[in-house]
Amino acid sequence: MTGKTLKISAIMDGTVIDHISAANTFRVAEILNIKGSANVVTVGMNLESKSLGKKGLIKIGGRFLTKQEVDTIALFAPEASINIIKNFEVTKKFRVEVPDTINGIIKCANPNCITNAERTKTNFHVLDKNPLKIKCHYCERVIGKENIELI
Amino acid sequence: MEFRNRDIISIKDFTKDEILYVLKTAKKLESRPNPSLMKGRVMASLFFEPSTRTRLSFESAMTRLGGQVIGFSEPGNTSLKKGETLWDTIKMAEQYADVIVMRHPVEGAARLAAEASGVPIINGGDGANQHPTQTLLDLYTIQKAKGKIDGLNIGFLGDLKYGRTVHSLSTALTHFNSTLYLISPEALKMPESYTEELDRKKVKYHEESDLMKVIGKLDVLYATRIQKERFPDPMEYKKYAGVYKLDKSMLPHFKPTLKIMHPLPRVDEIHPELDNTPHALYFEQAGNGITVRQALLALVTGRIK
Ligand SMILES: Nc1ncnc2c1ncn2[C@@H]1O[C@H](COP(=O)(O)OP(=O)(O)O)[C@@H](O)[C@H]1O
Ligand SMILES: [Zn+2]
Repeated sequence: MTGKTLKISAIMDGTVIDHISAANTFRVAEILNIKGSANVVTVGMNLESKSLGKKGLIKIGGRFLTKQEVDTIALFAPEASINIIKNFEVTKKFRVEVPDTINGIIKCANPNCITNAERTKTNFHVLDKNPLKIKCHYCERVIGKENIELI
Repeated sequence: MEFRNRDIISIKDFTKDEILYVLKTAKKLESRPNPSLMKGRVMASLFFEPSTRTRLSFESAMTRLGGQVIGFSEPGNTSLKKGETLWDTIKMAEQYADVIVMRHPVEGAARLAAEASGVPIINGGDGANQHPTQTLLDLYTIQKAKGKIDGLNIGFLGDLKYGRTVHSLSTALTHFNSTLYLISPEALKMPESYTEELDRKKVKYHEESDLMKVIGKLDVLYATRIQKERFPDPMEYKKYAGVYKLDKSMLPHFKPTLKIMHPLPRVDEIHPELDNTPHALYFEQAGNGITVRQALLALVTGRIK
């Protein structure tokens, strides 16, 4: 990457979500609700990547993600990595990781689950991290990646 | 083993030792009945969905131990109709009772109720999900009739796709060393999530649609009803309804020691002419339900250690 490219989208403090597989980039943007945010945001799509072929990248100025946001990204883009930028430098870099249990965040896919009938916080046990497979703590339904939906 | 204050929500919460402990307690209670064990204790019987069989079994269990029963048998005349949440209903009931037995049409209801309640919850069925006391009484019945749960050839017959009882029993049997014969029409086969579990736990099993091919091997045959409600198309139901019918003509093929079980109610899977043969275990099975529920009531309220 040339210094010039970096400069255009350079941020002083904030977060860079890197190595998002191209197909998941919009999903991550949605999770972070960047549409509704006042921060400076750069979204890169279809960038070259050695490991992913094409990757997506999102840079958000002036914002650091909560654990819940990072966990949520992990559910939909398990390949992503997070870079914390302070004073223009990458000060911390880590891969997102699917947690062992997921509190809130997602909805149970079983329409006859008590969490959909009564307003209760959802809770899921992660059975497999890749591809993601989770089990509802309440109705015990096993839910695959394709049926995972944000609340 | 500490069962006091424990909720009985799902058979998946039980270790093998815990299962065996419940069965052992039931056996003790059966050999030495104690009609005042639950004296002064109150069981709330909350049936948000009607179920005569399970409700009567629990209420009889409690009454025969000298305890009292309060509750409702259908949501019709309760505050639920007025929109009270399950959470609030349970918060109220725990003030009135030492133990709560509940059935609810929504899956996960019992687990949520257990979070709301300070007194133990016993799940008497939550939608298509769990009905752990049925599984425990099934295991008790096998153990009582056969003296063991290991080393048997156990057949499941009928609707293995939707049948909650066979799903839970198959999960419980992964703790033991028996061989399962899963006998059903192709369209009503055991879901893969359950056969995968059998694979994972290295349980031996065979899938078969022709009952006659395996009938002679079985020590236990667990028959189930093919439920009309499961088929949107009545023609489809007709196609499967009568595929397996156990009757006297099959007697020569049975092992002399074969025991036939059924969670009841039956439709025409088992001809009444078998009722008086030594193979019929299904009514005794229903009776065992009382004993096992007594054991659970006594254990979770701390009346038996
Ligand atoms: N100050 C900054 N402003 C915006 N983006 C930055 C900044 N510093 C680094 N990045 C971006 O963060 C990601 C990680 O940076 P770095 O660790 O330098 O590269 P890499 O992970 O490719 O070795 C890269 O996509 C880079 O473009
Ligand atoms: Zn659920």
